[in-house]
Amino acid sequence: MVRNAGSRVAQVLEKHERDLLTAWVDNQLKTSATRRDLIPEADLREQSREFLRRLRDAAAGGSLDDIEATSWQPVRDLLRELSTERARHGFTPSETATFVFSLKEPLFSRLRQEIGMDAATLAEETWAASLLLDRLGLFTTEIHQQGREDVINRQNEEMLELSTPVVELWEGILALPLIGTLDSARTQVVMENLLQRIVETGASIAIIDITGVPTVDTLVAQHLLKTVAAARLMGADCLISGIRPQIAQTIVHLGVDLQSVTTKATLADAFAVALQRTGQSVGRVRPPA
Amino acid sequence: MADVDRIPIIKMGEFLLVSIQVDMHDRLAITLQDDLTASIVKNHARGVLIDISSLEIVDSFIGRMLANIAAMSRVLDAETVVVGMRPAVAITLVELGMSLSGVRTALTVERAMDMLRESLGSAARQGSVDAARPE
Repeated sequence: MVRNAGSRVAQVLEKHERDLLTAWVDNQLKTSATRRDLIPEADLREQSREFLRRLRDAAAGGSLDDIEATSWQPVRDLLRELSTERARHGFTPSETATFVFSLKEPLFSRLRQEIGMDAATLAEETWAASLLLDRLGLFTTEIHQQGREDVINRQNEEMLELSTPVVELWEGILALPLIGTLDSARTQVVMENLLQRIVETGASIAIIDITGVPTVDTLVAQHLLKTVAAARLMGADCLISGIRPQIAQTIVHLGVDLQSVTTKATLADAFAVALQRTGQSVGRVRPPA
Repeated sequence: MADVDRIPIIKMGEFLLVSIQVDMHDRLAITLQDDLTASIVKNHARGVLIDISSLEIVDSFIGRMLANIAAMSRVLDAETVVVGMRPAVAITLVELGMSLSGVRTALTVERAMDMLRESLGSAARQGSVDAARPE
């Protein structure tokens, strides 16, 4: 007799849907991984019922081997939604996966009841069901990770945006306080921001402050010089300020040539130079008390 | 084919203004170099302003052309200022490794004029000092 492995699984799902649901929900409520502090029982029951219904339809409609098939689309959709929602509520990936894995026990016991003494069929069906639930469980974990990665990527982008502000210090004087490591991607963003602001403000001097840059190696220095060169092409002079003693030593030891750029120890010094070059001055209105 | 497209060179006092608004190709660049050098000599120009604010795409050819024009003008005792480079163009040139180190730059034509006047003024002063000293 030729039969699809797993066809009995579909039968069992069809026949014992109600039983399975009760046993499964009980099972879930018993394990600590269900986190009843995070999800109300009614929701859990509803999600389980819906999942089982879609699982039944999908199993009846096609093979159990390929959960990427279109017949499994509703199941995947549900799991995706559930996984993202649980991730937001603070479930761990294993707690989410347990939602699927905990169906194994009731499903296997129903299979045993149904198939009875035919050991070969039982083993085969159990294996098919186990594979299926494993795949679905792993799918939830994958979605969970994807969600996290999305968050991380978004935060990365935000950090990139936040960490490269260009501020107008004075008429015609821009400052670019750099914070964090300067890699190629950031240099690109920094350069674009700076040049854009030069166009907008018509600034003739830009001060790049590297107080917040932890280390300056040859690559970082090269990126800095590139930025300076690009700003110069736009008709703006660059000053580099905020060079800490340690960094000054490193620069010399590495043999980096910063001769072509005016460098100052502090932003205040650089600002004074910038004022002087643009023919402006700031003074006290009253003598200090 | 007669070279219909020629880049106009506008005389403004002792400066020449060149506005590049079309894609440069070899022949156009050579024509421009010819015209410009001739014009500097004819008008006794002391400064050349090259406005590239409408240039959106550059390559190493244009970069080299700008550097060449600047060098030629310098030989004829006129200073070159490249005016109004766009951010994207500046980034591209830097990435190409052409930072045009011998060329002066300014954001606007107005500012470039001020810059040239200033340096001409100081050059004139220096000139009188130099003249007193035999070389």
